[in-house]
Amino acid sequence: MVDKETKKQDVDKLSGVETTGHEWDGLQELNNPLPRWWLIVWVVTIVWSLWYFVVYPAWPTLSGATKGTYGYTQAKELAESQNEILKRQSNYLEKFETASFDDIMNDRELYEFAMAGGHAAFKENCATCHGTGAEGGKGYPNLNDDDWLWGGKVTDIHQTLNDGIRVQGSYDTRLSEMPAFGRDKLLSKTQINDVVEYVMILGGETDLTSLPGHLVYQENCASCHGQNGKGLQELGAPNLADDIWLYGGTRKDIYETVVNSREGMMPAWVNRLSQNTIRQISLYVHQLGGGEE
Amino acid sequence: MGCCNDNDSDLQLFAKQERIYPKRVSGLYRNLKWVAMIVCLAIYYGVPFIRWDRGDNAPDQAVLIDLERGRAYWFWIEIWPQEVYILTGILIFAAIALFFVTSLFGRVWCGYFCFQTVWTDLFVWVERIIQGDRNKRKKLREGPWTFEKIRKLTITHIIWLAIAWCTAGSFVLYFNDAPTLVKSFFMLDVSPTILGFVVGLTASTYLMAGFAREQVCTFMCPYARFQSAMFDKDTLIIGYDENRGEKRGKHKKGTTWDNRGHCIDCTACVQVCPVGIDIRNGLQMECIACGLCIDACNDIMKKVDLPKGLIRYDTERRFEDKVQNTETKFNIFRPRTYYYIFILVIVGGFMLTVLLNRSALDLTVLHDRNPLFVKLSNGEIRNGYEVKILNKTHEDNFYKLTYSGVENATLVVKGAGDISEDAIFVAADSVGHYRINLSAPIKPQNSLDITFTLTDKATNNSDTYESVFVTKR
Repeated sequence: MVDKETKKQDVDKLSGVETTGHEWDGLQELNNPLPRWWLIVWVVTIVWSLWYFVVYPAWPTLSGATKGTYGYTQAKELAESQNEILKRQSNYLEKFETASFDDIMNDRELYEFAMAGGHAAFKENCATCHGTGAEGGKGYPNLNDDDWLWGGKVTDIHQTLNDGIRVQGSYDTRLSEMPAFGRDKLLSKTQINDVVEYVMILGGETDLTSLPGHLVYQENCASCHGQNGKGLQELGAPNLADDIWLYGGTRKDIYETVVNSREGMMPAWVNRLSQNTIRQISLYVHQLGGGEE
Repeated sequence: MGCCNDNDSDLQLFAKQERIYPKRVSGLYRNLKWVAMIVCLAIYYGVPFIRWDRGDNAPDQAVLIDLERGRAYWFWIEIWPQEVYILTGILIFAAIALFFVTSLFGRVWCGYFCFQTVWTDLFVWVERIIQGDRNKRKKLREGPWTFEKIRKLTITHIIWLAIAWCTAGSFVLYFNDAPTLVKSFFMLDVSPTILGFVVGLTASTYLMAGFAREQVCTFMCPYARFQSAMFDKDTLIIGYDENRGEKRGKHKKGTTWDNRGHCIDCTACVQVCPVGIDIRNGLQMECIACGLCIDACNDIMKKVDLPKGLIRYDTERRFEDKVQNTETKFNIFRPRTYYYIFILVIVGGFMLTVLLNRSALDLTVLHDRNPLFVKLSNGEIRNGYEVKILNKTHEDNFYKLTYSGVENATLVVKGAGDISEDAIFVAADSVGHYRINLSAPIKPQNSLDITFTLTDKATNNSDTYESVFVTKR
């Protein structure tokens, strides 16, 4: 500070720096002024922030926020980037649309395009039931294995995706009708127990003709599931001779299936997704591991 | 005194930048500075144009950072994003090397090689060529706005802007093919991104070297602030020999030097100082150790027939010893020099090992997390993996993938067309991405450790990756 009488600045003896005249309990505040440009930069940032407040949405109001003169919204930015992506996709889509499944599976670019698109679309639409890794669950087929109810060729998968299974009011959908042998009293309890026993060991090496369930199976089940239980994809009849059970392979699970039958369903996607997307998903599911040639 | 005084309004809380007009000087250190400046500028402007043949599928620019494709080239070294730790290593090495040099020789980096110093020096040189030396510049700046003043200032600023523009333009050359970009500059056909960088860097160069100058070193640079941590009494600094210089005072030719110091208080050292300090006040934070005051003082000492070195490079310890009339030798080998050398050797050795062992092939295998395994209808168990193959060569290559650790398994590579595990294609200088399935007739058991081996069929180079084979939850 400046002393009024001497017009001289108070100087701290030790450091030789001017003081501000502020003192607390004997501690003096030294005055080491900041550079002025520092102040200017600070003011500029304030002006910049004011500009920001005007041109971008900033002030909260009761009905949302001020719009800003630039008219910027995140939704618009999203739409722009989506358009950009669609534009990038269109190069591939043109080729993809006309190419056959075989062509796509042999063309590196189109194949990778289909995988990327199929992967994303699968997660959005299919993962709810089949799981993100397509591992399925009870009643929801595992799409990674090589056991297919309705066929595992890419065209089969495509058809299942398009028209679904057991879709109400659809002419194109496929469905299988396994009778509820117990509920509808088509078989007695003993017969059911016998056939469950039979189905459980079906597919092994042993000769089963002597089992009591053999006759029951051949009379009631073989027409769809085949004489040796290999199933029939045309009818959606599962293979009973393998290790994979959609509704569980324990005695209790199989008993439940024979008594009440199961009526799994899958939606038809033909009117929900674009044909390109459905084809991408078909190829994606086909390559998960079990796809048939 | 109370806390709130009427005279608070007299306080100067923000100080106006004091304009510094460094006087021209010549001598050993000024010459060293010229050499350093020319070498630094030549490297900076010239390097993007050096060509380096890398074959067909890679750029032929010796030093290039290709941000779009994620590659950095430095002569024979090529860095992929996966090897960014090399960049980290370079930064650590550079930082420690800077500390090392600082602990030995003080702020030589600041005084001779820092871009702030080099460009400021260049701008001051332009200023001097156009407007004249210190006094002329000062007079012109403080004088009235005449036609002459406007003309000289305009020319100065135009040249400054031109240099700044070249600087910015050179910077972007490090990120693009230099000759192509230079050509497109002349065709006025550059992308908005590049133009944005050029405009921004032109502005910052112009501002920092033309106006901010010593303010950058004093108020913005962190190195200047923490260098005291690297200084000790044996660090080489620029100092004024108080013992010999004091008591200072004007000196008439022919009068005696008895009972007085050798400093004739001519302020030559102050006039040439680019940061505007008086070195005679001792070691100061603002001093960038450029040595120009040494040149200025030596010149004066020669004129008054006294030995050189009133202001000189020396250590604090030796300056102090002078007072006691003793003398110590330079003490280069101190504990801290050993620490720094030790760290430098470790970091340098690590980087050298990494660079020498850099493989042109890299395999990564990621086991599927969902599902962990798949049971097949014939009872076999299948595991899925994502395989990434980095082909760092500049040729298209075919690789062979093998596995060990699980018996009788079948390996299937998924991709467009039928792919044999003996001939997995990866294009030059790119990452090949495949899914593979490994199925084995195996009973559920604890997960097996397996190893994938990828072999370059042409060179027999190989890389392995450890993974697992899961058979039960």
